[in-house]
Amino acid sequence: MVASEKSVPSVPSAPRLRDRILNREVVLFIILILVALVLSTQSDQFLKLDNILNQGRLLTEVALVALPMTLIIITGGIDLSVGSILGLTAVMIWYVWQKLGWPLEIAIVLALLTAAICGFVNGLFIVRVGVPPLIMTLATLALYRGMALGISQARQARGFPDWFYQLGQGEVLGLPSQLWIVIVATILTGIILARTPFGRSIYAIGNNELGARFSGIPVDLYKLIIYTFSGFMSGLAGYIFVSRVSTTRSDMGTGLELDVIAAVVLGGTSINGGVGNIAGTAIGLILIQLLKNGLALSGFLGDATIVVVGSVLILAVLVNNFVQWRRGES
Amino acid sequence: MTATTPPAIATTPNAMNSWFRAIRRMLATQEGVLALSLVGLTIIVSAINPRFLAPENLSDIFQFNAYIAVAAIGMSMVIISGNIDISVGPLISALAILCGTVATSGFPVWVAWIVPLIVGVLVGVFNGIVVAYLRIPAIVLTLGLHSVIRGLLVILAGSKVISDLPPDFGLAQLTPLGIPMPIYFMVVLTIIAAIWMRYSARARAIYAVGGNAEAARLSGINVQRTIVFTFMINGLMVGISSVLLATQFSQIQATPPPGLELFIITAAVVGGVSILGGTGTVIGATLAAILMSAIRVAMILINVSPFWLQAVTGVLILVTVLADILRRRRQSRSIRA
Repeated sequence: MVASEKSVPSVPSAPRLRDRILNREVVLFIILILVALVLSTQSDQFLKLDNILNQGRLLTEVALVALPMTLIIITGGIDLSVGSILGLTAVMIWYVWQKLGWPLEIAIVLALLTAAICGFVNGLFIVRVGVPPLIMTLATLALYRGMALGISQARQARGFPDWFYQLGQGEVLGLPSQLWIVIVATILTGIILARTPFGRSIYAIGNNELGARFSGIPVDLYKLIIYTFSGFMSGLAGYIFVSRVSTTRSDMGTGLELDVIAAVVLGGTSINGGVGNIAGTAIGLILIQLLKNGLALSGFLGDATIVVVGSVLILAVLVNNFVQWRRGES
Repeated sequence: MTATTPPAIATTPNAMNSWFRAIRRMLATQEGVLALSLVGLTIIVSAINPRFLAPENLSDIFQFNAYIAVAAIGMSMVIISGNIDISVGPLISALAILCGTVATSGFPVWVAWIVPLIVGVLVGVFNGIVVAYLRIPAIVLTLGLHSVIRGLLVILAGSKVISDLPPDFGLAQLTPLGIPMPIYFMVVLTIIAAIWMRYSARARAIYAVGGNAEAARLSGINVQRTIVFTFMINGLMVGISSVLLATQFSQIQATPPPGLELFIITAAVVGGVSILGGTGTVIGATLAAILMSAIRVAMILINVSPFWLQAVTGVLILVTVLADILRRRRQSRSIRA
């Protein structure tokens, strides 16, 4: 927040910008507390520590992918291929480890590398060839999922060694292991986005790409970096997911992009680019996970939670637009 | 014959040239590329496996996938207007279930055929109003609606299969003049939409809004009403598509074909609709839908594992988009030159 003030000191609307960001996060946070209160009256399980920690575990995959997605959406782009990259990573772990017979450690490294390359390919076509991000990642949504399906031919890995489960099912210092990765990654990404020239350039690209180019920002390089980052984080999420559920399936991560984009947009990042931050995304993630969990505990079917996530996404954007519109009028 | 030989020789180079020119002119348009690909695919695959041209395969390609082509017509218009609709997959399934439910509740079959169209139009108008007047980006709205409709569908219909349909319900099973009904729908709707998109002022407004909304507004086009109108037509097409899906077999399933919206968007994009809006035709979308179905059938017949189908779809989108971008670069270079 401090950095955003610094970056626009001469613009007269700077305080209004700060107001807006503060407002949005405060409003979201109040909604979060209200939702938690209402849901806690529905089930006495809801506020138990075990349940909350377990929700943290379930949140991990979406959270890890939501971080780069926030950056991408701020630049005015989008990445629909994240779920497919997750699935391809899972299949690659199986392929290198059980099909090629290489050590599991190498399989994990190669799978993560594959994921990063997938993201890099997205970025390369977007930057070099000029394919719109929506189309490029729609194509690779099909392509990467297709590769996962084609390589695996519906076979899956089983019988992992014990150490492999540590990340997905173990605990470190009382917290689920993967939650530590989420916390560290969130803080790092938040700092990078808010406090570094690289992070501020991301906003500049989203606000006015041509302007950013003329101010000497290496737009293409930065875009390439964030799409590669997105691929890598999807891969990491895939590795953690495999470790959590103890198997590899080619349809893993189907529809992940929906959850991720919902969390990011709910967190106040504008789908048109230029506006957003990691704190908002974090609140959006927690809010959606609480809603899902609370509804499940209150006896709703899993499918009722999709309806709620979808409605919340639409309502959040509606309210957001309305608030901005009111402010624009006054 | 001998008398005509000299002029025949004289015209051969000309004829060759005009053939080349015709092919080159075809390759300059997306529709031409798609039509030639379809012909090429047919020749190659039927040479490997003649069963490709067997009636059941042809009907699989044309008849059972006509509903995708119909939906792709509406999707093209939405994308041409600079928007997108991700919710069509679950919506088509939901409307198909609605169609079957109305039919099994004792209403006349024509009511069952009309109701999905009306609901489709209403959903389209709702989408259009939210996008145009409340300024919600179409991708966010329809992404949210995708979840809402999919969830409601599972809650309300579960894994229900409607099978006790009235005997005269099967609109898509009729074969007037020996040709299945869905093919009539696909061809007639494509022709009407193509003519309309080319000559009507309202349709040209869709191109104008997608190309440059501000310029369209300044030239006196009501941008918001055009967007609502576009989504309304899309809703109508989705409604028709759902009736075709509902009536083509003796039962209706509540689970949407997975990735249906991806297939429909791909058909529109591969058909030459630029995702940036402003360009494209519905004929291309229909041809692309047919080509994609043909590829799926061909893959099975030449013994490629169906697991690779989705990868092929992805490559197809990429190749089309790359070709489109290269073609545009060449055009802009020739304009500059």
